[in-house]
Parts: sequence; structure tokens; C-alpha cells
Amino acid sequence: MAVLTEEQTMLRDAAKAWTQEKSPVTAFRKLRDSGNADGFDRAVWREMAEMGWAGIVIPEEYGGTGLGTLTLGIVLEETGRTLTASPLLSTALIAASAIVLGGSDAQKKEWLPKIADGSVVAAFAVDEGPHHHPDRLAMTKALSGTKHFVADGGAADLIIVATRDGVFLVHGDAKGLTRQRLSSVDSRGFANLTFENVAAEPLSVSLDQVLDRARAGLAAEMLGTATQAFEITLDYLKTRTQFGQLIGTFQVLQHRAAKMYTELELTRSCVEAALTAIDTSANDVAQLASLAKAKASETLHLVSNEMVQMHGGIGMTDVHDAGLYLKRARVAEALYGGASFHRDRYATLMNY
Amino acid sequence: MSDLESFRNEAKGWIAANLPPSLKGGGARAITDEGDSSVWGGRRAKWTNPDSKLWLERMGAKGWTAPTWPKQYGGGGLTAAEARVLEQELAKAGAPPALLSFGIWMLGPVLLEYANEEQKLEHLPKIVRGEIRWCQGYSEPGAGSDLAGLRTQCVDKGDHYLINGSKIWTSYANYADWIFCLVRTDNTRKHEGISFILFDMNSPGVETRPIKLISGNSPFCETFFTDVKVPKGNLVGKLNGGWEIAKRLLQYERQNISAGGFGGAGGYDLPDAAKEYVGVENGKIADADLRTRIAAHKMEAQAFALTVRRLQEEAKSQKGPSPATSIVKYAAAKLNQDRTELLVEAMGSQALGWEGDGYTPAEIMAMRSMLRAKANSIEGGTSEINLNVVSKRVLGLLDHQ
Repeated sequence: MAVLTEEQTMLRDAAKAWTQEKSPVTAFRKLRDSGNADGFDRAVWREMAEMGWAGIVIPEEYGGTGLGTLTLGIVLEETGRTLTASPLLSTALIAASAIVLGGSDAQKKEWLPKIADGSVVAAFAVDEGPHHHPDRLAMTKALSGTKHFVADGGAADLIIVATRDGVFLVHGDAKGLTRQRLSSVDSRGFANLTFENVAAEPLSVSLDQVLDRARAGLAAEMLGTATQAFEITLDYLKTRTQFGQLIGTFQVLQHRAAKMYTELELTRSCVEAALTAIDTSANDVAQLASLAKAKASETLHLVSNEMVQMHGGIGMTDVHDAGLYLKRARVAEALYGGASFHRDRYATLMNY
Repeated sequence: MSDLESFRNEAKGWIAANLPPSLKGGGARAITDEGDSSVWGGRRAKWTNPDSKLWLERMGAKGWTAPTWPKQYGGGGLTAAEARVLEQELAKAGAPPALLSFGIWMLGPVLLEYANEEQKLEHLPKIVRGEIRWCQGYSEPGAGSDLAGLRTQCVDKGDHYLINGSKIWTSYANYADWIFCLVRTDNTRKHEGISFILFDMNSPGVETRPIKLISGNSPFCETFFTDVKVPKGNLVGKLNGGWEIAKRLLQYERQNISAGGFGGAGGYDLPDAAKEYVGVENGKIADADLRTRIAAHKMEAQAFALTVRRLQEEAKSQKGPSPATSIVKYAAAKLNQDRTELLVEAMGSQALGWEGDGYTPAEIMAMRSMLRAKANSIEGGTSEINLNVVSKRVLGLLDHQ
């Protein structure tokens, strides 16, 4: 863990306590079983906003706290641990950053206070097919076409849209916008959004700037998910007995556990470096965001698989949480580019 | 100006005034197998460049070869933050390391922790000034990963100890002045029968024999002890209390091996080599599969570098390295092996030479570095032993019964 400021430590402890008490995995399971169409509980989101989490990257003059991306990443890590379903990433990080970076004064005044107080839910629409190819988008500023698999796209009051002509802001009730809610494997609120000459306002921010924030923030959430999945598994190794032994005394499992721990430590360094680079406007944000997302994708993939395998039969059942971690893992791995996309981007950025 | 900034100015000024111009730009030189290079110091040092000697004398007198050690033992007496500033300023000035030393990396830290005052005053200043070069007597032919199975006998003869036995993989024993050595002082108990002792390699009965490796180099030796007399005051810590010191020293060793990485492979960065030997298509390395694997490797290397830096920052407030250093050693070994294998692959048949005409020195070095790197997951604790350490001491998993 990076050396945190006092404020960050307090926020992390508060986030840890809140997610464990108010939003444990059982809460997510209940949400899933309730068939909630939004993919998150609006009362829970209000509670998160009341704690100030929705305004962490928003300047004080617009109702936020301006604590920065690393600080929001610390909260995302904690919500990732318990699979807390919320629009924290799409709204408080992605949309808020896009408007802070590229919004006009009027746009900032209109949207940022509402994001900070939790009254507006936002989504970020990028992909136009089953894969992440942000440099091959077909949609232009005329805003016609379909955006696929948009996180929180079903519930969003505000949509940040990526096009080949730049980044645009669209009102959720805009004419010509239709939504097809999807039932995704991770039970979150994804949707396909179809645009027909929808009125949009341009934001003066580059798509990469927004995307890299999305990637680094998602990587922080994934780090939390992977860490928790690992800790649950490690606990099982210390309690499950076979052959008259705790299975955690078997060296083949010990070494796999040690390798997972190594990967988690490496991932943490990449995630914290990417978030810090964003906050300091370093010139290697793109490189570090791709590194963090690739590493988080690989590590969560590994740990979610090992979680099922090391739990044995119980890990295959729906009553156990391993399946919930595995399902969320696969969605998060792919979102905003999987490991192979980011390896290629890294290679291109580095001129290999 | 903060204290740290005024220290930075002081360090910058001192370096400008004291770094011999002929050494500038030698800062990136990696730790190599050339164990006889002058910067290792010691009584047998061959000073090919007198400026290297001058630089060591100046840095040693300042205590900056061991910047954080206390001043009363010859160290620099700097805080961890000041030491980092010094490191940064030395790097900026293009200064080469004044001294490469097992005494500084491994022995010194445990002497500070476990030795008596007399031993500290005797040995530490000579380490700082590079006057005495140390080697490490740990592994034996029958005690590798199972280090505590060591059998070198150390018998109490009243006014001295008598040592008989042999060590193996003793790095640069043939160049060393003194040895820090694990010996058996009780044959009835395993871990609790080991002691940590220091002695002069010039003592009668000490013999060293270099071992030739698959890389063609000989960084390691076999070392034999026949009736070696050692003064009783040379035992460090408690009699039969050497295992704790031994493990502590291994943490420092693993931290140092890995923080420094395993050295470069001589001049070539992987992507550059791939472009030169494989070719370029549309501005990219022409072999798409190799390009992907090189990118994946470079990303691992960056993740590793970020982790080393993070662990160092976190360790600032703690005392000494944590067991988590074992993951660093494990990861560093794999990275270096991957890097050297990829370089050989990228160079194609030009990396398959052993010596002579037809190959550039960098091509020969690529193959030899790959061969040398096979030892990275063996020396200083095998990767398997390091995974055991992580399992047990970091993750709290128990021994199999």
C-alpha cells in the first residue's frame, strides 16, 4: 500500500467499515436475486454520495472535495472487495473527470454539483462491437449508431459518449436515444444504447484522457476484488482438512498461493502508480494506465480461477461466493480493454 | 530551504568537487561477474584505474559507501531520506559505485544488529573504506536448500576454535580477505547447533578452488578448511545462535540481489535488438508474436521496478527488510531469465556463438548472460525456497506434518 496521507487513511478505514457492514457480498447477492434492473441499489448509492464519495475528484467550488484520483481509487478498491454494485466508477470517476477536464463553466455548474450529491447517475459509452477499439470508432459528432455494453447505461441520467470526433455529453432524456437493458453475467446494469441524431454538447477533453481514468479506476476496483478473492481462498486453505491435514500445508497449493500474492503485490504497485500519475499530470499516464489495467486483468483472471479450483466442489456451486467473483472478474477484465489490448497499446506507446 | 534540500546542495557540491572526471558516466555499470574488478576493494584489489582508488578513498572517508550506518562505525550517519537524495545526486552526476561489497550489502547490517561493540569497531570501518573484502560461507556440498543441514565442524579448543569442513558456491572466495561463515557447534541439534563466525582467509588451512560454470565464467568457489584456528572473539552473537543471524542476513542478501536486479546483458535493450535482428514492418518489430512477448516482459519489468520502489518507501519506517523481500527475489530471477532468453531468441543464430570471429561481443554476451541467468533462481535461495518463505512467513501457511 502506498504511503497514505492521514485523510486518505481515514477515508480508507471508513470505506472498509462501510462496505463490510452495509455492503457485504450478501447484499450484492440479494440485489442479484431481486432482479434489480439498474444493477445497483439507489438507496445505497445515495448513502455513498452522502459520505462524499461521489465528489472526490470534483473541486470544492462545485460541491466536491477535490481529493483526487488516488483517493477515489482507494475507495474503489474497498468497494471492489465486497463486489459492491454502484455507479461510483462511471459517475464519480469517469463522467466527473470528463466534465472537470473538458466541461465549460456552464456544464460544470449544471452537472458537477448533481454528481457530487448523488442525484445524477452517469455512464460512459465507448465500444461499438464486442471488442474495445477506441481508435476505430464509427460514430461521428452527428451521434448516430449503437454503443455496446455500456456500464450503468440503463440507469444513466447523463451519458459521456466517445466518438471519432471527440467526447460528447448527452442528456439521458435526449430525443433519439433508446436503451436496451442487458442481463450481464455479473448482474450489473449494462445496456446497449442506440443514438439517432441525438443532440450532444462537446467536451474539450481527449478520449484517451477519459479512458485512462476509467482504466486506472477500474484497475483499482479489480485490485480490491482480486485481493478479497485471494484472502477468502487463503482462509479456506487454513481451515479445510483432507487426508487429516489442513490443505494449506500442501506445498503445491502453498506455491500457487505465494505466486498469487506476488502478482497482487505487483498489481498494487502498477495501480497506485497509474492513479498517482493522473493526479500529478505526469507524462506517462497512458503507459501506466495500460500497465495497470493489463496487470489487474491478468491477476484477477488468475485469482478468480484459483479461487474456484482451490475451493473444490463448493466453489462450483451458486451458494458460494467464488462464482460471483469469477463472473465479475470476466466483465471487469474486458471492460475498457483487456490484457492483450493493453499489451499492444503499451508496445505501440513505447515504439516496440 | 528544507533540511533535505540543503543536504542535496551539500551532496551535489561534494560530488562535483570529489568525483574524478575520468569516472563520469560509469554510473550505469551493472554488477558483473568480473569479480576481480577494482571496485570490490580489499587487500588484493588490482587498481587498473587509479581514479577508482581515489574515488573509493574519498567516498569511504565520508562514510558514503555505507550512507546510513552510524558515524562511530565509519558510516555516513544519514537518514534514509538523505541516503536517497545522495543516491539520486550520484546518479545525476554519472558517478560509478565507489564500492561493490558483500560487507556492505550483507554482513554489515547483521553486525550492526548482532555483533558486540568490539567486533563492530573492528570490522565495520574497514568494510566502509573497502579495505577488507568479505565472502559468504553458507552452502555446503550436502547443504543447499536445506542450509541448516550444514556440517562444517567448529570445535572449542579452550583458547581458540578449530574449524574443519568445506563450503561451496562461495562467491569470489579466491579474491576475499575474510569470510563470514556458518559452522556447526553442536551435532545433536539441527538449527540450534549452528554458529556464525568470522575469520581471515589468510589463516593456515584455508584453500579455495574456482568452479567453472556453463556460462564459461567462474564467479563461485569451493572452499576447504583444514584445522583452521580461529580466535574465540570472532564468534558473532550467541554460541549456537547463528541460525537467526543467518536468516536475517539472507533477507538482506535477497533484498540486495533483487533491488539491484541481476544486471544488464551488455548494451542491448530488448526491443532495439529485436528491431535490428528481426526487422521492422510498419514501424513495429516484424515478428508480431515476439513483439507481444517483449511487451509483456517489459510490462512485468516495469511492474517489478515500481514494486521495489514501493517496498523501499514502505520499509522506511520499519527496521530492516520484511519477509516480502522473498517475492522480490523470486520475481527478479524470473524476469532476468525471461529477458535473457528473449534476447537470445531475438538475435537468432547470431546469439548462438560461444566465442571468436563471426560474433560481436554483445552477441557472445547475450548467450552467456542467458546461461548465467539460470543460476538466478538457484543462488541466494532457490525460487522454490523463496515461495516456501512467502507461504509460511507472509501468508501464515503451516508446514506439512
